[in-house]
Amino acid sequence: MSPRSFRAVYSPPVDRLEGLAKLTGRERYVDDLPLDEFLWGATVRSPAPRGRITDVRFGPGVDWSQFTIVDHRDIPGPNVIALIENDQPVLAAGSVRHVHEPVLLLAHPDREALRRAVAAVAISVAPEPAALDFRLPPAPEAIQYGSDNILKHLSISKGDVERALAAAPIVVEGTYETGAQEHVYLEPQGMIAQLDGDVLVLRGSMQCPYYVLKALRVALGRDERQLRVVQTPTGGGFGGKEEFPSTIALHTALLSLKSGKMVKMVYDRSEDMAATTKRHPALVRHRTGVATDGRLLAQDIAVIMDGGAYVTLSPVVLSRGIIHAAGPYACDHVRIDGRAMFTNAVPFGAFRGFGAPQTHFANERHMDRIAARLGLDPAELRRRNLLRDGQSTATGQVIHDGTDRVALLDRALSLAGYGAKRAAHASHNAASATTRRGIGIATFHHGAGFTGSGEVALASRLHVAGLPDGRVEVRSANIEMGQGTLTVFTALAAARLGLELSDVVIAEADTSRVPNSGPTVASRTAMVVGHLVELACDALRARVDLDASATGETVRNALRRWHEHHPGEDLVGEAVYQRPPGISWDDSTYRGDAYATFGWGAYVAEVEVDLRTWQTRVTDFVALQEVGHVLNECLARGQIQGGVAQAIGWALLEECRWRDGAMANAQLTNYLIPTSDDLPPIRVAFVENPYPLGAQGAKGLGELPMDGPAAAILNAVAAATGADPCTIPLTPERLMEIADWGLRIADSRGEGTAS
Amino acid sequence: MSGQSTIHNPQSAISITFTLNGSTISVEVDPAERLLDTLRYRLGLTGTKEGCGEGECGACTVYLDGLPVNSCLVPIYQVRGCQVETVESLDPAMLQPLLASGATQCGACTPGVAMTACWIREHRELLATHSIRELLAGNLCRCTGYDGIVDGIQTSLEVGA
Repeated sequence: MSPRSFRAVYSPPVDRLEGLAKLTGRERYVDDLPLDEFLWGATVRSPAPRGRITDVRFGPGVDWSQFTIVDHRDIPGPNVIALIENDQPVLAAGSVRHVHEPVLLLAHPDREALRRAVAAVAISVAPEPAALDFRLPPAPEAIQYGSDNILKHLSISKGDVERALAAAPIVVEGTYETGAQEHVYLEPQGMIAQLDGDVLVLRGSMQCPYYVLKALRVALGRDERQLRVVQTPTGGGFGGKEEFPSTIALHTALLSLKSGKMVKMVYDRSEDMAATTKRHPALVRHRTGVATDGRLLAQDIAVIMDGGAYVTLSPVVLSRGIIHAAGPYACDHVRIDGRAMFTNAVPFGAFRGFGAPQTHFANERHMDRIAARLGLDPAELRRRNLLRDGQSTATGQVIHDGTDRVALLDRALSLAGYGAKRAAHASHNAASATTRRGIGIATFHHGAGFTGSGEVALASRLHVAGLPDGRVEVRSANIEMGQGTLTVFTALAAARLGLELSDVVIAEADTSRVPNSGPTVASRTAMVVGHLVELACDALRARVDLDASATGETVRNALRRWHEHHPGEDLVGEAVYQRPPGISWDDSTYRGDAYATFGWGAYVAEVEVDLRTWQTRVTDFVALQEVGHVLNECLARGQIQGGVAQAIGWALLEECRWRDGAMANAQLTNYLIPTSDDLPPIRVAFVENPYPLGAQGAKGLGELPMDGPAAAILNAVAAATGADPCTIPLTPERLMEIADWGLRIADSRGEGTAS
Repeated sequence: MSGQSTIHNPQSAISITFTLNGSTISVEVDPAERLLDTLRYRLGLTGTKEGCGEGECGACTVYLDGLPVNSCLVPIYQVRGCQVETVESLDPAMLQPLLASGATQCGACTPGVAMTACWIREHRELLATHSIRELLAGNLCRCTGYDGIVDGIQTSLEVGA
């Protein structure tokens, strides 16, 4: 670590560089690009969750000769969407495994004619027994993956859980459930495919251009030099544009190859909600041995996730989920068993937090249940168990980052006015006939970057090029989707080389021009890739024989001089990810350093429950976190506020309703996400503790705010009502069912609240 | 105007004249075509975005005779003789407070948010009876949690007071 790592953030604070283009509507997303001649593409999908395709009929009233029609026989290479396991077909061949599975593709110049044509195709499916509930062992006739429908089984073991449980004076059990969540990025999935000579060019909304490139290479059987993937400005991703864009890219590519024309596919909202990935539903069981003073003696945790009909990213989501399942607490005896189940549901996929929000929800709700059992203040229970430096996580990772996690909690409580509010709520609840108020907390962590050896395996490469006019160009595959990559990379390069912001250009994420710096996921971009920007700046400076003290005009002059002596040549500084020293992970035993570093959070939610409507309103929210050095306060705060808002939606509003394996409410009219009027101001604060290996001391922060709110809110509802809610979303209907009972008990004891 | 592919049935096209961002224009168009599509695909004004197509998200907000409406719900025949203003008509200088407050992240909802923000600024008498959060509730944003937007509107009210 060099001292320069801690040089002040680019100053003065930088406003989002593309912000004005977005505010004025000048930013061009994939559906905004002016195109000369093109066909619209559309997908014809399976009507059934499982079965054999017996007939595909092209109905009357459509001149089918005017349409480009693609099925699985048009795929040049193997019919797979290459990802972890190549089990998902590009287009169904003979049988289907989930509702909305793509079967046929159509293209036509007129979008309305295309919509009518899609409706005129009748796909007959001879139904077969489907597995539709991941929580139940599958019926023998519904087994479709291995011998048991288990897509992935992982476990973590530390100490001797059975012995510790048997010896524990108190054992507390609980079962917690979380529902699917739709990303609702405001810009739907979209892609354009076009042949440019013999190079097939894909442009579209995506987080990971190199994932798309790989999927195209495999299924199209095409050399990478004949493929080019370009990210267009991306209107939100949240993980929903991590792996899914490979599917729509392949579909668009196939239609373009067959028609010989440019093809554009843009999903409408309903198709996007019904047919693309969502957050994995999960069921988590806890059995915890506790000492009478509240110390955790043993944590026995079982996690089941619904993977859906293909493997996609479920093994890695499960992995992150179980690694976070025991929370940020010290416990010598931990056993975590995780299973991702095959079902005939639309495959679940990456979504901000990637498995950790589900397990943190369960663990933090369970901590409050333990506190209630012991008669302890939930904050005190956490104080007694939060990891101290020198103690280890469930995987045996020893934490020694100098962050005082108890102080973090106490600061959050102080910001929220925890003690005073608890007293005020008690008197309010005793007096009010119509509302109940409560406050709840959650303490949690989130591993930044890829899990285990993931970053080493990615071996991300990044270039900073010196341009003939003395400016520099950052060439990376990491993209802007609202989280601030363009601004942060620009400021990092400018600060490192002592340049003006206007001296830094960020190259378009075009696989023909930028190296593979890895996917834009896993809270890794600012921390991991941002540091590569810094190192590539250093490498560029070394290429022009400057030492690390050279900045500003000295650098610009050296770049210009180099180009004068090497006309037409490319001047590039390269950085390649190196494993941080002292980090080791064993993938076979799930022991070791699961992440290079963790962000830490302490969140406090205050709620008011209306006893007439059973609606829960979040009335105050404090989000305090330690995420290393904060690179750009406005952008970082926005990430936290947006993540908290998304988690409040997940906790209280957002319910995917399923009917025969299909989402029955695939529209924003009845899948509700929070409006401005549903949310309180979200009060954000940071404790800064620079992380030596992150860009300017930064840690990843994008996913952390998804982890804590749901439990904090339900803990607050429990405090308010005396109910013991264990399932989200906690809709008014669900709360009414459980809280009525709790309140009557409380009333009969002459108490306004049960704490 | 880009050469986007045809999106109308020529047999049923009629001529519709309206005022767009201060200029009178006429289009030959299926009267049932959505105003949103006329703006985006026929006239190349792609600043107005489609988020949901059913009037829930507000990304396609335009002013119709001075009132903010969801252009995905307006058949083009309804704008005959009307004044239509889109995000392209806004003064960028008015949007500076929203930039500084972090009101935009991914930008897909942002043009609609900018339209509503400017409308609130021009109709501040509404703030006697409604909060900014209530007036903004027709614009869904999935990135910001709304604080950056609300703060930016608040600042723009103070700046322009």
